[in-house]
Amino acid sequence: MTGVLLRAAHVTRRFGAFTAVDDVSMGVEPGEVVGLLGANGAGKTTLIRMLLGLIAVTSGRVDLLGGPPDRQRRRRLGYVPQGLGLYGDLTVRENLSFSARAYGTAEPVLSPALRGYADVLVRELPLGAQRQVAFLAALAHAPDVLVLDEPTSGVDVLARAALWDTIRAQAERGAGVLVTTHYMQEAQQCDRLLLMSDGRLVGEGSEADIIGSTTAVAVRTGDWARAFAALAAAGAPVMLAGRAIRVANADPAELAEVLRAAGIEASLQPVPATIEERMLVLSRQAKAS
Amino acid sequence: MTYSVRSATVRFGSTVALDDVTVEVPAGSVVAVVGGDGAGKSTLLRALAGEVALDAGLAEAPPRQRLGYLPASSGSWAALTVTQNIDFVAGIYGLAGDELAARRAELLERASLTPAAGRLAAQLSGGMRRKLGFIMAIVHRPALLILDEPSTGVDPVSRIDLWRLASEAAASGAAVLMSTTYLDEAERAAHLVVLDSGRVLVQGSYDQVRAGFAGVVTRADQPVRAEWAWRRGRILHEYWPVGDPPAGTTAVAPDLEDIVIALSLARRNAVPS
Repeated sequence: MTGVLLRAAHVTRRFGAFTAVDDVSMGVEPGEVVGLLGANGAGKTTLIRMLLGLIAVTSGRVDLLGGPPDRQRRRRLGYVPQGLGLYGDLTVRENLSFSARAYGTAEPVLSPALRGYADVLVRELPLGAQRQVAFLAALAHAPDVLVLDEPTSGVDVLARAALWDTIRAQAERGAGVLVTTHYMQEAQQCDRLLLMSDGRLVGEGSEADIIGSTTAVAVRTGDWARAFAALAAAGAPVMLAGRAIRVANADPAELAEVLRAAGIEASLQPVPATIEERMLVLSRQAKAS
Repeated sequence: MTYSVRSATVRFGSTVALDDVTVEVPAGSVVAVVGGDGAGKSTLLRALAGEVALDAGLAEAPPRQRLGYLPASSGSWAALTVTQNIDFVAGIYGLAGDELAARRAELLERASLTPAAGRLAAQLSGGMRRKLGFIMAIVHRPALLILDEPSTGVDPVSRIDLWRLASEAAASGAAVLMSTTYLDEAERAAHLVVLDSGRVLVQGSYDQVRAGFAGVVTRADQPVRAEWAWRRGRILHEYWPVGDPPAGTTAVAPDLEDIVIALSLARRNAVPS
């Protein structure tokens, strides 16, 4: 496969007076894993629903595999929703055979980890195993495009590493993968990131590109509890990292003044910001406007 | 004051949910428990909250009226408004009148929920609902605050709000024990406990956990031993618990994710299957 598998060009979606997605352009190419980040209400789910052809665009254009996302093209898509989309009252084998028939493919072979669960009802499985079943169901027809909503939420680190192995294997055989995640270490597994805020695409590229000009200050003090309270009372976007306090997009001089007024001795040091801090700054800007 | 479970074992039928676990939660600290689905996190929290009986060991917690507990399920009533939910729980602890009004206003403000005060809990986003649950757990200023996965599935901005609220509770003197599936969140805690199949894999401050980690983690495109390797982005990491890795491999500085995976693998690979 060559060319862009999944593309949005100047896509906007309104619900009444509310603009959920505002002039977003993006694409996913074969062999790449793209991470879609954003707070709740940023427009991620609406964008994905348009890309999948589940809701119409208000304006702009969506292409799935070179054309509109109709039934025929959706056959070449694999989708794992956050709720997994499995039938809890069916067994693992029944679920897989249902989805295989829906896509007109052969039933997938159970992985060694799932073999013991073949005849167990899905709702009785541990969450990690349920996720593996949802992956198997979505991958059995070797889709060209894979869309995953929070793929590893709630599973342990080994299961997470195994699921990422599966995701990577799909990209390596040429599929394009779009992943939404709230998990920053998961974002670091992606080849490229997209950041949405308030319906718009506000960042694209590597982790450094996403963080952009956001800065952070680390405050170290023997009296972290009082320093934390003083900075929070002054309205600073404070976070705790161990016993150090982090403040996003702050002026060190102003922080020093707040601490001095409270009689707290502290050392202040500029540090690289995180993706989370970038998102915190964006959400504060959105609220202020 | 330090609250704790000591040598705690909990069995459900033939399943050992908690196996000889000791965890201390000092006043003024956030202690984070990490582990996957089924690791024993909820059982540990419920054991300290007095919600589940120990088969062996001791749990030391304050009396019920000095305890705040946010269960893994939402912890609020869908058909009540945000204000009604808070007032109902506050009433149980005898908080009323001006004192309640002031406390409610303060907590709503700190959780950025003031504009949602009149909304039904059913109409809140997942992140807002967890923040409401947090407020309800802390409204009576408990000495011990137990939070079961306050941030799972919650968007990053609400996660930061929740983390800030937990930090503030600790800063004002509460002992805070929270579980999470997010390792980056655990890194921030004063003390972190990694649970795996009911047992403590490792615990301490992040610096202590890093310093105590034995062995070498290397990076490679192709692993030498597949059963000791895991994926990090486009490359693989591999763990060498004892001895030097072979020539030609490149060592990396392991982060918490690498350490937890390496220790989990060491435990799994040591058990003959």
